[in-house]
Amino acid sequence: MPPTLKACTPPPYPMAPSMTPVTRFIRESAEVFTFDLAPERATPFTPGQFNMLYAFGVGEIPISISGAADAPDRLTHTIRAVGPVSAALGRLKAGDQVGLRGPFGVGWPVEEAKGFDVLLIGGGIGLAPLRPAIYWLLRHRAAYGRVGVLYGARTPDDLIFVSELEEWRKTPDFQLRVAVERAGPEWTGDVGYVTPLLSKLRYDPADAIAMICGPEVMIRATALALEDAGIADSRIFVSMERNMKCAIGHCGHCQFGPLFICKDGPVHRYDRVRDLLAYREL
Amino acid sequence: MKDIADLLRHHPFAEGLDEETLALIAGCAKNVVLQPGDYLHREGAAADSFYLVRHGAVALETFVPGRGAFTFLTVKSGEILGADWLIPPYRSSFDARVVELTRAISFDGKCLRGKCEADPRVGYEMMKRFIPPLVKRLQSARMQALGMYDAANA
Amino acid sequence: MAKADEAAAIITVEGLQDLLQAIRAGGYRAIGPTVQNQAIVYDDIESVEDLPRGWTDEQDGGRYRLAKRDDDALFGYSVGPQSWKKFLHAPKLRLWTAERDGETASVTPEPSPTDRLAFIGVRACDIRAIEIQDRVLVGDLYVDPHYKALRERALIVAVNCGQAGGTCFCVSMHAGPRVEQGFDLALTELLDGTEQIFLVETGSDEGRALLAQVPHRLASSREVEAVEAVIEGAASSMGREMRSDDLNELLMSNLEHPRWDEVATRCLSCTNCTLVCPTCFCTSVEDTSDLSGERAERWRRWDSCFTMDFSYIHGGSVRASAKSRYRQWMTHKLATWIDQFGSSGCVGCGRCITWCPVGIDITEEVRAIRGCDTSAGDWP
Repeated sequence: MPPTLKACTPPPYPMAPSMTPVTRFIRESAEVFTFDLAPERATPFTPGQFNMLYAFGVGEIPISISGAADAPDRLTHTIRAVGPVSAALGRLKAGDQVGLRGPFGVGWPVEEAKGFDVLLIGGGIGLAPLRPAIYWLLRHRAAYGRVGVLYGARTPDDLIFVSELEEWRKTPDFQLRVAVERAGPEWTGDVGYVTPLLSKLRYDPADAIAMICGPEVMIRATALALEDAGIADSRIFVSMERNMKCAIGHCGHCQFGPLFICKDGPVHRYDRVRDLLAYREL
Repeated sequence: MKDIADLLRHHPFAEGLDEETLALIAGCAKNVVLQPGDYLHREGAAADSFYLVRHGAVALETFVPGRGAFTFLTVKSGEILGADWLIPPYRSSFDARVVELTRAISFDGKCLRGKCEADPRVGYEMMKRFIPPLVKRLQSARMQALGMYDAANA
Repeated sequence: MAKADEAAAIITVEGLQDLLQAIRAGGYRAIGPTVQNQAIVYDDIESVEDLPRGWTDEQDGGRYRLAKRDDDALFGYSVGPQSWKKFLHAPKLRLWTAERDGETASVTPEPSPTDRLAFIGVRACDIRAIEIQDRVLVGDLYVDPHYKALRERALIVAVNCGQAGGTCFCVSMHAGPRVEQGFDLALTELLDGTEQIFLVETGSDEGRALLAQVPHRLASSREVEAVEAVIEGAASSMGREMRSDDLNELLMSNLEHPRWDEVATRCLSCTNCTLVCPTCFCTSVEDTSDLSGERAERWRRWDSCFTMDFSYIHGGSVRASAKSRYRQWMTHKLATWIDQFGSSGCVGCGRCITWCPVGIDITEEVRAIRGCDTSAGDWP
């Protein structure tokens, strides 16, 4: 099934969530958890799109979908508990309900990337919005060139999707490098920042597309490193975050210069945001 | 068996280096094989050598009482290890522990400093090769110090 | 609602009263200018007696005063603090209610309103503002159902301005003073000392039907010329002006202009400008629940880009400085709005100037930035 960019017929009350059951709850690390929702209607989405998730009586936050796009009857989200709403979502268990609106926004260019080498660089929980793209690439592996994933995290204890990282590491024709910022002696992988690992991946910069998700400082540093490596700025895609109340372009909160992160993004082509990223407090 | 200049020639550090300089610095170098668990140097010890890692991995770490050793950088194939030999008082500022079997070219720091002093052209060639990786590591260290992965959201 | 399309009619004050009655009899809630709290305030009206007869306003940066006119004009003021957005895009609105029932919960959206609103005395700038909010709230994929329901049913009785306010600059924004489109009926008040009449143009079938219920006669060419003179008088007496053809490029190439720091020393981040602005549409939502946790609601309320919370993401506010918040408001209004919605977000109504407690003047800020365009390497 081809990815659907936007709902064809938007709901008549776009701010009203559908209460949706949690079917599975997994703890990824001390702060991070993943749950699956079973939406009433099949909900096709593009890797990189997000939903608005409502914790009953508490509030609503935007969360990228972290599961596979070929199972539209299941919506997976991976969340770090940092505020009241995410903490409330973290107290849920299978059988509980979450208010769901979405999917929203523009996702990763998985279709446009066909035939290209694809680099995916995630920092911290930024790996979660990339995971649907990784699943997509693995499922349609023959349609793409070389694939490389770089993942940076604070410590080995902060890594998410640990068992899948092991699977991906063993997957033929799939490059994965994981770097943590600090580690004890038991960690035998890379230690350091994520961007220097770019030099360890095999890809043709003239024929590569890169997707980055992580903190904005990491996005800026990584996009520059990719440009230095010879990848055109129009072939670099970054997922951005801003305050968001509506996800439908009405509340005004997520503006970034002329862009609405909710409807023009969250995934933006780097050449369209690079000048804006240079300004503080834009 | 390949001679040391030959090994040197195949390391990214020596890329573009003329044969004369290559031969000159090879005079300060030797081939080493390092076993997992070996320490190349310890914090506070004399920094009398530096390494070009050919294959393998070395962890740069510091020990925190009560919490154990923390690795903050791994140095792998094709990279350079050691900067303290460049500046007085030539003292190692952290531990360097071999993580996996590592083959490297080890340089006598004093010998190399002498050759750089004697011929500034050689010294400049060396600096051009040391400064970029060191500056990049400084940039990465800044990002790591900021701990910005915490600021990422899904 | 379209452009005026036929010969104009003339009605008297009594005719205007008849028109209001016809509108109300047609099921509309008539809302028009009234004098309240020493200001012109749009509120429910029943008759011409509710209109601000003989009042005008004096406006300048940070200053608004009502004053008596020396005639009985009913529409002899410019614009008050409020625009029509408070009716179409409510300051506070419940969006839905949710109830728990055991393990499950259900969400019931707030029904779309069925009110039919008749706006009496809508100025050209405010018609443009409504059209701009249309583009934001019903012009894209997702539609605000509450706005749409009210907007589709709304009747607009416009009024051409006979005078410009001290902070008006609709001419600069090509948004007035002549009402060009988007109305059902458009009035122009004519006072010549002995006679008080209104020239009426119709812009829709509904407007024509309403006019047909009211005693009227065809306007003479002299009266049509008088109307032209009235509008020309307003156009030539704008209190402010602002070159507007290059604002997107000018502002976006001067995002680090020192003027932003300067204006930040005066700006109180009070949010007045965003609340009085007829196009500012930003909102926030508040989720609440009752003490039992069985019932929850979501409310939407007007928000402002001048608050810290507006841009909060985990860790802090993206726009922590007053400078960045003022810059966001002004660049959005005058520059990025064009990229987003195809037009400026400013209609030149001047409310943000009048109601700024420290009198910050958007036209002056633009002039200051234009005065030393840093993108041209012209640092002071």
